[in-house]
Amino acid sequence: MTARRFARKYLIGIIAILVSFVVFLLPFAFIVLQAAKDPREAGLMGFSFPTQWQFFQNLVDVLQTNDYQVVWAFINTVVITVFSVAIMVVLAAMVGYLLQRKKSRWNPVVNFFVLAALIVPPAVVPTIWVLQGVGLFKTIPGMVLIEATFGLAFAVLLFRAFVATIPRELDEAAIIDGAGSMRLFFQVILPLLRPVVVTVIVVQSVFVFNDFQGPLYFLPGSDTPTLQLGLYNFQSQSVSQFNLLFMYMLLITIPPLIMYIFFNRQIVAGMTSGAVKG
Amino acid sequence: MTTAVAPTGTVRGDKRAERSAKKRKGIRSPYPTWFYIPAAVLFLVFFAVPTFASFYFSLTRWTLFTTQFIGFDNFVQFFQDPALSQAFVNTFIYGFVTSAAKVVLGLALALLLTSPILGRGYLRAVVFFPVLVSTIGVGLTFKALLDPFHGPVNAVLGFLHLPQPGWYTDPNLALLTIAGVDIWKGVGIATLIFMAGIVAIPSEYFEAARVDGAHAWAVFRNITLPLVRPAMGTVIILSLIGGLRSFDLIWAMTNGGPGFSSDVIASVIYKEYQAGFFGLSTAGNVILFVVVTAVMWPVSWFLNRREAEL
Repeated sequence: MTARRFARKYLIGIIAILVSFVVFLLPFAFIVLQAAKDPREAGLMGFSFPTQWQFFQNLVDVLQTNDYQVVWAFINTVVITVFSVAIMVVLAAMVGYLLQRKKSRWNPVVNFFVLAALIVPPAVVPTIWVLQGVGLFKTIPGMVLIEATFGLAFAVLLFRAFVATIPRELDEAAIIDGAGSMRLFFQVILPLLRPVVVTVIVVQSVFVFNDFQGPLYFLPGSDTPTLQLGLYNFQSQSVSQFNLLFMYMLLITIPPLIMYIFFNRQIVAGMTSGAVKG
Repeated sequence: MTTAVAPTGTVRGDKRAERSAKKRKGIRSPYPTWFYIPAAVLFLVFFAVPTFASFYFSLTRWTLFTTQFIGFDNFVQFFQDPALSQAFVNTFIYGFVTSAAKVVLGLALALLLTSPILGRGYLRAVVFFPVLVSTIGVGLTFKALLDPFHGPVNAVLGFLHLPQPGWYTDPNLALLTIAGVDIWKGVGIATLIFMAGIVAIPSEYFEAARVDGAHAWAVFRNITLPLVRPAMGTVIILSLIGGLRSFDLIWAMTNGGPGFSSDVIASVIYKEYQAGFFGLSTAGNVILFVVVTAVMWPVSWFLNRREAEL
């Protein structure tokens, strides 16, 4: 019996680790190796070490391409991500809180729309028409509002599930102490929602940061690119510079990687509490 | 809003009386309904209005400035054009293949990663990481890895004297190749949800089964599988919605090609938009809307019903 358990633990573990190397780590190793090669060698797409490491040179080159386009794209993407996620967190927390706390005739309506927003694919061209109508097409504020809107439903679900774990007695105590509804929410409830706020921030900012379809439709043209759009355009413009393409990929993988390293546990906890119970 | 007061006057009157009574006693609801309003405004302007407008615009020839009503011509064109109707079929294939694989692989991986094996923490991290990485980046990387002439994957296959398929250049294979990459990228989320489901099963059940001398397979069939069903519902719903709407990966790897062999409704919507056929593009949107709703409504109803029975 012990021999069997030993075999299970170590043998299966070792096999799984080996498989994970091939399936999950080799593709990432490929990106890093390609990013360090010269253009000719990278073009061969072989899985080999570069004969001459020019990692730093490629990094400088990709940053300088098209008048520091990558840097601008990075700034745009960060601005869109930060603002849209901030809007999403505050508005979705308000909705989730109210849905959980107050039984009103609006609840079924709101629940229906949350579900609909999760399922229904956005109607893209009519959205462009609306954006043009309000003068926000091809602008960063327009993109911020769109990303915030598309992320609301999922954030509401996470918040609603979490508000249920905060005892109502806290609300009552705050009210007796004379807190108004604004103070109750922003100074008592919102700080208590912190774990799920972090989850929403991590999950949604990774999503907005990696979004390609949104900027493709709502930020066309090269004057306001985002990183994902920039990577896609880079690929079609410079066919012979695979080393720079992979360096670009490496660069845009780093922010989500950092997020993941810092918030690994948080992502797992939040995703499961929202996704399974909600 | 104000015009609706008259017929429901009595009910409203009652509520108002109740509310003013509360006000006199100094108790106001601490949960103001206006908390819905900011989110509702965004939702209405950027989601509901475009969705409702799409039903009208799908019936027109549309240049964004002028519309000409043409009835159902866009839909007729969509289903008569072989390229477009292929996209319709592909959407279903892609959605169901990726969803089924994510359920099976996700459950298998979750079972593995909740059992005491070596390197569990590392394995959990590495399986989930692709979920966070840029879809476009993943698409372009696998395009290079699976390159039919230079790619490392076919180099290895050639070395082993195995056939070297044109992964995304062969029209019969392209859609399934992309689905495979999608599964690689997305299986981590399914695994995570299943892991949460398995961990939530009370350990007494497993102990009781062990006392009864049940085999691993019997434990899986009679305890794990039925009790992990809510998690399975979540995985099926999430992966189906994602699969039916999927665009980024397909666009990064093949642009819907070769020919139209890997086109799905979402990529057709973009192509028609790009070509300036806004009415036709919006009709594609309405079709996608109908497809997703028609699939998701019975699926979620069925899954919820089974859950309630348990």
